[in-house]
Amino acid sequence: MVELLQYSFGGITVGFIYALVGLGFTVIYNSSKIINFSQGEFVMIGGMAAVFLSYAKFPFVLAFPLAVMLASLLGYMLFKLVSMSQNSSVTSLIILTLGYSIFVRGASQVGFDKQMHTLPAFISDTPISIFGATITPQAILVIVVSLCIVFALYYMFNKTKLGKAMLATADNKDAAKLVGISVKKILIMNFMISSAIAAIGGIVLTPITSTNYEIGVILGLKGFCAAIIGGIGNPFGAVFGGVLLGILESFVAGYLSSEYKDAVAFIVLLLILFFFPGGLFGAKKSSRV
Amino acid sequence: MTKTSKVLLGLLAMGFSLTAYAKENIKIGALVAATGPASFLGDPELKTLEMYIEKINAAGGVMGKNIELIAYDTGANPKKATTFVKRLISQDKVVAILGGSASGETMAILPFIKKAKIPLVSMAGSIKIVKPAKKFVFKTPATDRMACEKIFEYLKKKSKTNVALISGNGGFGKSMRAQCKEVAPAFGVKIVADETYGPKDTDMTPQLTKIKSMTNVDAVVNPGFGQGPAIVTKNFKQLGMKQTLVQSHGVASKKFIELTGNASEGVIVASPPVVVAALLKDSNPIKQIALDYINDYETKYNAPVSTFGGYAYDALNLVVNAMKEANSTDPKAIRDAIESTTSYVGLNGIYKMSKNDHLGLDIDSSIKMLVIKNKDWQLAK
Repeated sequence: MVELLQYSFGGITVGFIYALVGLGFTVIYNSSKIINFSQGEFVMIGGMAAVFLSYAKFPFVLAFPLAVMLASLLGYMLFKLVSMSQNSSVTSLIILTLGYSIFVRGASQVGFDKQMHTLPAFISDTPISIFGATITPQAILVIVVSLCIVFALYYMFNKTKLGKAMLATADNKDAAKLVGISVKKILIMNFMISSAIAAIGGIVLTPITSTNYEIGVILGLKGFCAAIIGGIGNPFGAVFGGVLLGILESFVAGYLSSEYKDAVAFIVLLLILFFFPGGLFGAKKSSRV
Repeated sequence: MTKTSKVLLGLLAMGFSLTAYAKENIKIGALVAATGPASFLGDPELKTLEMYIEKINAAGGVMGKNIELIAYDTGANPKKATTFVKRLISQDKVVAILGGSASGETMAILPFIKKAKIPLVSMAGSIKIVKPAKKFVFKTPATDRMACEKIFEYLKKKSKTNVALISGNGGFGKSMRAQCKEVAPAFGVKIVADETYGPKDTDMTPQLTKIKSMTNVDAVVNPGFGQGPAIVTKNFKQLGMKQTLVQSHGVASKKFIELTGNASEGVIVASPPVVVAALLKDSNPIKQIALDYINDYETKYNAPVSTFGGYAYDALNLVVNAMKEANSTDPKAIRDAIESTTSYVGLNGIYKMSKNDHLGLDIDSSIKMLVIKNKDWQLAK
């Protein structure tokens, strides 16, 4: 029984890490239909910049916002690249984001370094015991932060004019322009918000996972799985997908064998795409005749 | 500037690192994973090679000639390593090759070495590189098998013979896991659990929970390097596990203590002597050269030393000493002289090569059991 609880805690912690990364995918997708494969790199930039700023004796209250700003700046640069190739198909833009991720990874290899780094736990590193199973305060912080972000996103997309303008932009750029939406501004905002979310994720998960210049690769992939499983575009879907993935991985490692753990993410992804092509919470595709 | 040196500078701009070129240099090739997934190996290795070749040349070189390092970055990719080894052999015409950084790339270049009859001193861990001994192939790091033996010897002494393995499934972890399982019976050690994790995993609590739920585990051994062992150590602490946790030489650097913080208190580490030079007895001949190396490296690069730079240091010195010994830069003469090395005191131990032993390290001088106390190393009793 204790084991079951411990597997769940482990799975939930990892799941929310995936979810945090997955959330970034939904934001850019919601405004541009682009899947931004450099999302993982923004996670890495957030963590690495926070680490290096704290090495440079910046207090956390300053280092963290600066790290998030650096990531948003990189998000803005990505937008610039995307807008330069405006007439390209979505597919070529997705490839562009892949290229950008390689660029960011290479640049941080030179700009930062190739070593592993970590940050001390923000609150305390004494684990909290619940019925014999333990969870770290940092993991709880990751969960709280992701939930805050997901509710903020939900509120933005569904209750504010801005969010609706974003959705409208994604749906039909020209129509959005005609009703007076500044498409360019909306897109800039989206790219910056999604990279900021990723960077926040990168900062809060660094004390748990440690970070280095290539941590974004696998986190980006798992976050992508999370977003797809949940139905890309829906922030709640990303969280659900992430947690489902995390728990499945943890249970497989615990009850079956750790050898099969990594296969789970991709098997689940295939099954979901096969049976629910839009993801578990994805919008039903309706076509007009 | 000769024309050649201009061309070489051009190559430098393309990302190859080269030292100054002059006529009549002794060319030594190096294949290091300076970037990519094994860059934490290749980066300090290359820095060490560059630093010491500069020093050797400043002190008059070898037999009155300067050494020229021709280093290529393999990115730990065996395909790239084979391309570069061909270039080193046929184009650059080097007299000896140092590298690769990782076992996979080293194994990939062995056929070319055999054909070209040029001595190779690898900086990679796997025992397969030198067992069975191949005429032109040597290596400097103690093998994972030796680390397993040392760890089990220690655990046997402590009567903790029921061991759970939790290994990274990258190259290093895989190889060491296999070696540990092979040597365990010889020490009366029983492997009661055998878990693995991916090198990029972020949570090992499921595997550790499984081990925790078993009642007969005395010690947990974690073959692996990079972030994995750091996360295992943190998770181990989080779960409040009371068994002895033993880490391999893959984590033996200050970085590991930094990454794990309080969680590494009391963790046992099997380590090459270089990182704990200050703790060695004054009578140990390794102590002084290790302290000098640490001082040189840390002053020049302003970064803490790892064990990995030490592999390059010993590889370079084995070759340089052999050239001096043979008074020749003929590859075959160098090879013969390396094989007849009997008492080179290096950073990884004292090398005593022979026809069948192309590593030449003994377990006692090359691996130390350490315990982490107050965020620093101590020799484990």
